[in-house]
Amino acid sequence: MSSSPGSDRSAVTELPTPGGAGSQRRGRLTIYLGMAAGVGKTYRMLEEGHAEQEAGRDVVIGLLETHRRADTARLAEGLPVVPRRRVTYRDTTLEEMDLPGVLARAPELCLIDELAHTNAPGTEHHKRYEDIEDVLAAGIDVLSTLNVQHLESLNDRVAEFSGIRVRETIPDAVLGMADEVVLIDVTPEALLDRLRAGKVYPPERIDAALNNFFRIENLAALREVALRQVAEEVEAKRLTTEVVGTREDSLDTAQAVSERLLALVEPYPGAQRLVRRAWRSARRLGGDLDLLWVRPPGEPSAEQERALRALRQLASVLGATLIVEESDERANTIARVAAERGTTYILMGRARPARGLARLRTPLPQRLMELLPGVDVRVVADRSRRADDQNENGPARERLT
Amino acid sequence: MTIALIVGIAVALGVGVAVGWGLPPHGRRARREAPRPVRSILLPFTGSAISRRALEAAVRLARVENAVIMPAFLARVPRHLPLDSPLPVQCMPGMALIEAIEQRASAQGVAVDSRIGRGRSFRDALRRLLKEEQFDRIIISATDNPYTGLSAEDLEWLLERVPAEVMILRPAATDERRISGEAVAGHF
Repeated sequence: MSSSPGSDRSAVTELPTPGGAGSQRRGRLTIYLGMAAGVGKTYRMLEEGHAEQEAGRDVVIGLLETHRRADTARLAEGLPVVPRRRVTYRDTTLEEMDLPGVLARAPELCLIDELAHTNAPGTEHHKRYEDIEDVLAAGIDVLSTLNVQHLESLNDRVAEFSGIRVRETIPDAVLGMADEVVLIDVTPEALLDRLRAGKVYPPERIDAALNNFFRIENLAALREVALRQVAEEVEAKRLTTEVVGTREDSLDTAQAVSERLLALVEPYPGAQRLVRRAWRSARRLGGDLDLLWVRPPGEPSAEQERALRALRQLASVLGATLIVEESDERANTIARVAAERGTTYILMGRARPARGLARLRTPLPQRLMELLPGVDVRVVADRSRRADDQNENGPARERLT
Repeated sequence: MTIALIVGIAVALGVGVAVGWGLPPHGRRARREAPRPVRSILLPFTGSAISRRALEAAVRLARVENAVIMPAFLARVPRHLPLDSPLPVQCMPGMALIEAIEQRASAQGVAVDSRIGRGRSFRDALRRLLKEEQFDRIIISATDNPYTGLSAEDLEWLLERVPAEVMILRPAATDERRISGEAVAGHF
């Protein structure tokens, strides 16, 4: 079936919605999220489709990509399909989801595979998720599928460890738009077994897949990313649901969804240890890391400049942000920056021993706890000093690998 | 007379307390402070482990020469990413290894100032690092596996182009004794 997309555009908003003309209900979107192809997202989507059909709902397949998998094709049997339409672009005929056809059919539930797909030029929308927005707006519930590396914010991270950059990406907000995100999880070992058994790709593609993307370290990293992503989604939704009160209240709570760490550094070699510890903590918490040096007024020495360059390089490689503020009011400056950045944790090294009247002042950690209620303050141990002590009392612990 | 004596003792005590107050609280630390290092020894590494021999050689030299060891983790930036891209996944084992090196060197009284070099290849990362800073000595453990470190060509380039004393440790039977991030003492 071929169509003239331009002429169908007006039909999108004029078609009837399930439940009657007066219904304003928006459809519910469920996304099956996985770490890679072959984890079973489409399979699970089809199983849900059958379950809904058996429960008496009007279910159709809007778009299904079986990737020549026999099990998937078999499972799709029994579910009505809205035929694809053919779109001709530069003498090539491409098959796309028939959006006007789906809207005209007006089912209660529509199964639309591969959320991140980019449509052929000349269709209503550039991206499939935009088609889905129209389907939802028409009051139709949608089940769809997505691999985690297609999320824009994760694309760079995934490209870094896998060496493969995915071209088809979607804004993270699309995932946030979903009423339900279901993680389809299998272990990397189980996925590799499936791949070798020919359940993911046809035989001629298996070796290439195993040597490129489907390496166990890639899959393990992708799995971690997918698990973390869904955990964040769940946390964000929980907080949104629990928040009751003024808009200001809800904004305050929403900021606490993700952790943000602030490490107080000074340009000297020992500060790098603190940065490494802070970065590890940030990774464990899935949060962002800022580094702050409150520079006393005056020009930094050549040695400080050198150490600052090293810190800047370290921050850049680790993906942290280095902030330098000139002030002689250290505690107040730290408190201001922490408030501006939405800091939830402050990490600092052991302070140098105070001399003279400085001993009468409130120590910086206590001062920060007074100025920043609700922010954790952590003093990081200086392990080199512990090593010194061990050296004096006997040889340091040695572990070889 | 007695009052004058008491006042005198009180004043002496006051002066003593004031002077003591002004001194650093841990006087014993002062004697432990080594003179400021003047030389630097670069110890580049590429993976998640480093030859124990290379580290021990660096520590021995640093102690003799009163030098600072500069362990440098070399990271490769994939072609499709900008050169200044963050590389958190690559850095994970590298950071743990720097921590382990720092603990071992510090335990032997050697100062450490670590670095991270970024480039399209290990050699490129090292070249950029050497362009930014001067080092007196470079210690590298040769490997016969080009995938785990600097290749023979890289070492040749280093010897020809770098204005520093280069010490290349030839592969040895004890090279399987390596130090990795697993050697970090305590929580990291």
